[in-house]
Amino acid sequence: MRAVLEPGFFDSAPVRVALLVGGVVAVVSGIVGTFTVVRGQSYAGHALADISVTGGSGSFLIGISPLWGFAGTSVVAAGIMDMIGVRRPRGRDLATGIVRGAGLGLAALFLYWDTTHTSTTGATITILFGSMFAIDTSVIGVVAAFSLAAVGIVAVLYRPLLLSSASTDLAVVRGVRVRIAGVLCLISIALAVSLSALTIGAILSTALLVGPAATAVRLTSRPGLALIWSALIGLAATWLGILLSFDSYYWPPARRGWPVSFFVVALILIFYLLAQARRGRDGKRQCSPGS
Amino acid sequence: MTEQRVAASRDGRGSWNSRDDVLSVEGVSVRLGGREVLHDVRFAIQPGEFVGLIGSNGAGKTTLLRVILGLLPVGGKIRFAGTGIGYVPQQIHLDPDMPLRARDLVGLGLDGHRLGIPLPSRSRRKLVDEMLRAVDAEHIGGARVGNLSGGEQQRILIAHALISRPGLLLLDEPLANLDIASEQEVVALLARIAREQRIAVLISAHEVNPLLPVMDRIVYMAAGRAASGPTDEVIRGEVLSKLYGHHVDVIRVHGRVLVVAGRGDGLDIPVRHHADTAIADDADTA
Repeated sequence: MRAVLEPGFFDSAPVRVALLVGGVVAVVSGIVGTFTVVRGQSYAGHALADISVTGGSGSFLIGISPLWGFAGTSVVAAGIMDMIGVRRPRGRDLATGIVRGAGLGLAALFLYWDTTHTSTTGATITILFGSMFAIDTSVIGVVAAFSLAAVGIVAVLYRPLLLSSASTDLAVVRGVRVRIAGVLCLISIALAVSLSALTIGAILSTALLVGPAATAVRLTSRPGLALIWSALIGLAATWLGILLSFDSYYWPPARRGWPVSFFVVALILIFYLLAQARRGRDGKRQCSPGS
Repeated sequence: MTEQRVAASRDGRGSWNSRDDVLSVEGVSVRLGGREVLHDVRFAIQPGEFVGLIGSNGAGKTTLLRVILGLLPVGGKIRFAGTGIGYVPQQIHLDPDMPLRARDLVGLGLDGHRLGIPLPSRSRRKLVDEMLRAVDAEHIGGARVGNLSGGEQQRILIAHALISRPGLLLLDEPLANLDIASEQEVVALLARIAREQRIAVLISAHEVNPLLPVMDRIVYMAAGRAASGPTDEVIRGEVLSKLYGHHVDVIRVHGRVLVVAGRGDGLDIPVRHHADTAIADDADTA
């Protein structure tokens, strides 16, 4: 029987970069994702991830890191979504849908050019499903900056965001500038999905944003603790996913390797189902949790 | 003096605002979508007073509260004593999964506008406990807000509003979704808070009777107009008839009042100030 750690795991430079960048991105997504879930903006997060495809595919055409493309388009889209009315729930869905549709239309064009006009074969796979083991080390500084910005926003706005998710009116009466807080939160979400687009792909980045957070809010009723749980679940899924993906190159019969994004998303789903099952079991005696 | 206030509040003349009013609303009019929702509303509230804002749906109560809170732009003048306002919305809709405990929401009443991550603080914790005790909600402090019943949520929202020690507490239809027992509890709780902490309370309701035993003054609204004064002086046939713009009788039974429209002869001819369908239902307010 082989050991859990296949030989050479920590010696591989791509693995070390993946563990570092993937880990940071998972923590950022977990934290920002908790606010996304609490504020009921999962659909907006999903749309921002989709729109990041536009920038990611465009960046291949002009030869810059896809991270700039992901972040550029999703942050701009966040601004547009706010301008055309993300504050009212109905306006929010419509605005999100319109911006998302337009973005994906452009993405179709860019991806077509990527595959037909340039020599970057595999661009589509990289953009949609990530490139955890092929992260260009020159973007590590940008990853750090985006991570700090995304987490910084929600950390500074922790209480105003929490209060306005409970009730916009209460927040306004308390003196919260809900409009600005809302835009900043969307930008934070845009940065988080751009970061995970780099590691597990633009299509799957909402899984890392929403999945760990949705699991965390079932595990605890404390907002601060939910943030920590969410970050830890995202981190565990990412690191385990990297390990399993690395190991899978030694798995019979084909020894061909499984993509890391598959494992990350599968693990997030498993954690979610476990939390759901635990809650279902505890449900009946969970009527009055102590303070 | 009190007669004057009733008159002044309706015809828009007279300057009776004393310096120590915790809130004075002076000639407030609001148009929303071309429709006049509030017309020259004026009244004042003294410290510690318990004031009922009574009227049926569409009478303008919620608009008036939102104007006072600054959630809607004002036409007219609103003055505060500068003691701060606590606000209790009708109901907040939270997902039962939302990780926000009752005590977290109470604490956000103190510092929800502050930036940064709060450090654990013993004094903040003590204050939250004290507030939970004040609204008889210590036992639900650890429960998720989304899992609370209507009455429990109401208490938590009251604690949220009170923790910043406001001089005035505004409540938007706090009795609307409560059963009779919780209704009486909430009214008794509010009356006790107003008395003990000397906080003025302005509470909107479409039913006058649950508030009769505790109300010091009343602001009675119909179709965007208001009559205000001591309860007994406002809840009278002639005052309400003038407010509604058609004949209304006030009947008193066992300490409760019934406001009944029409003369009972089938010949009721409304003399409305202006066309507004809301008036028709208003008259049935019992």
